[in-house]
Amino acid sequence: MTCKAGFVYSNDFTSYRFRDDHPFNQMRVVLAKELLDAAGMLEENHLITPRMATEEELRLAHSPAYIQAVKKASEGNLSEEEGLEYGIGTEDTPMFKGMHEASQLLVGSTLSAIDAVLGGDVTHALNLGGGLHHGFERKASGFCIYNDGAVGIKYIRRKYDYKVLYVDTDAHHGDGVQWAFYDDPNVCTLSIHETGRYLFPGTGHVNERGLKEGYGYSFNLPIDAFTEDESFLHVYESAFKEITDYFKPDIIITQNGADAHFLDPLTHLSSTMAIYERIPAIAHELAHQYCEGRWVALGGGGYDIWRVVPRAWAQIWKVMLEEEPFTGPLPVEWLKKWEKESPVSLPDAWNDPPNAFKPIPRREEITEKNNKLLEKALQLIHNQKKFNSL
Amino acid sequence: MLVEEIMKDHVITLTPDETIETALKLLHEHHIRHIPIIDEDRAVIGIVSDRDVRDASPSILEEDTGQEELQYPIRSIMTYPVTTVHPLDFVEETASIFYEQEIACVPVTRDGKLVGIVTEKDMLYTLIQLTGTHVQSSQIEVKVINKPGILPQVTQVFGKRKVNISSILIYPYKPDANYKVVVVRIQTMNPLPTVQDLEEAGYEVLWPKKPESPYDL
Repeated sequence: MTCKAGFVYSNDFTSYRFRDDHPFNQMRVVLAKELLDAAGMLEENHLITPRMATEEELRLAHSPAYIQAVKKASEGNLSEEEGLEYGIGTEDTPMFKGMHEASQLLVGSTLSAIDAVLGGDVTHALNLGGGLHHGFERKASGFCIYNDGAVGIKYIRRKYDYKVLYVDTDAHHGDGVQWAFYDDPNVCTLSIHETGRYLFPGTGHVNERGLKEGYGYSFNLPIDAFTEDESFLHVYESAFKEITDYFKPDIIITQNGADAHFLDPLTHLSSTMAIYERIPAIAHELAHQYCEGRWVALGGGGYDIWRVVPRAWAQIWKVMLEEEPFTGPLPVEWLKKWEKESPVSLPDAWNDPPNAFKPIPRREEITEKNNKLLEKALQLIHNQKKFNSL
Repeated sequence: MLVEEIMKDHVITLTPDETIETALKLLHEHHIRHIPIIDEDRAVIGIVSDRDVRDASPSILEEDTGQEELQYPIRSIMTYPVTTVHPLDFVEETASIFYEQEIACVPVTRDGKLVGIVTEKDMLYTLIQLTGTHVQSSQIEVKVINKPGILPQVTQVFGKRKVNISSILIYPYKPDANYKVVVVRIQTMNPLPTVQDLEEAGYEVLWPKKPESPYDL
């Protein structure tokens, strides 16, 4: 089966750059796109040129005062003092010239992906430039300025009144999106991430279930550090399937951060490429089963931009189009072009070799803890099922 | 930190002659577990917990038992004398009271009058704030020699970067009493530059830590 899908892309994505040594680097999107080109998977008619988000659209999820502050910083007119209140000018989100426009484009690219799917041009759309899930209503944080996912979901709610399921597989908790819809029963959020005991941002506890009418529509799976593929996928797949069946969304938005890989410098999970083959496959399957295929996939974190992110993100597109992931060797053309630039030696195949890291000593305990966590996260759904069957 | 900074100043109270039934209702309505009993001068003369009230209620297992017990005055089941604290007491002292007396709530009084209440829940929330996990942050654990002056030395390394510290805790290092573990939560998603600074300054960083791999991690 081949699905109709759109790939949102612009060379200008790389204008979102804080400074040379900052770990968030949109060069990843270029590398992923060229990998797909080399693999012969991208055609001219797949490409969608992103639009800019309007200021009115940004205001769907951000306060006017914050947008003004970003605009001022963008022109170099915001003092360090003024920036503090808005999280602008910190080590994580330093000011840079043109930051408003660069961020506006990332939000616009997510809106373009949404328009393409909801307008009926395509069934699925991929925007690797988006997924900046740490942006808050009036605060930049965790490398994110505007929260394209939150703006996008508000936009869907306003324009189409669809029920939205947001699923976040970034290794960091999807806090910005979760808090934006914490009291909204029409937007359900699911985030699987490394526990916040050590890792940024620290939230995403299993007991964060939503507020008021939104109670029961926020799900968190804070898995243990050093979790491996099997446990990750078991917990994730079970939760995603049960939640989709319970919530019955009209559209699925996935945030596909690629920083849960063992090579990622910022996190401590021990996944391999195996999870990046399954993650899009599950979303694809559930979108067809529950949402007439409506699925928008976004990028996100991912800080090993050479060995991990291009392969992981290329797989999303492959699965979106043809269900099956790539296997075997990577295209030689891509390796030849980029091996000179890469500071680390590039992998030669789509899959990771076995025994890529030393056995994790506490593996069984970690698996057991994660299983308990899954049970706790789904407790409300299970209670409801029990109650309904009485 | 002082009690007045964490106490709740809106307190649900009863007078001694009100009924157990009223107490039961208040506990349910307000999702609380303790009610101080006060006299006309707002002096605390007793306290009841949800357990006291439940013990005095008819069993749910027996039908047709009289409801008359519920009409008894609350003074008949209240606990007294009551341990109270002052708004200017230290929060740490209140924690010790909870621990030593095995209780979960203390009324706060000034000039013999009730002005607030501190419960176990308020105490735990304070602890969460002390650990800094209520704001976006990453955790770094550094092993240091247990000697005077070491803390300013370590924090100086953190000061090199523009990252805010949201909390610092110092734990004993269990395997060796000559060392301590300094746990710092910093408001950044990328603690690696700071970790590198610490290592360059000769400190042993216990977390973050990578598993061993043949790859260049």
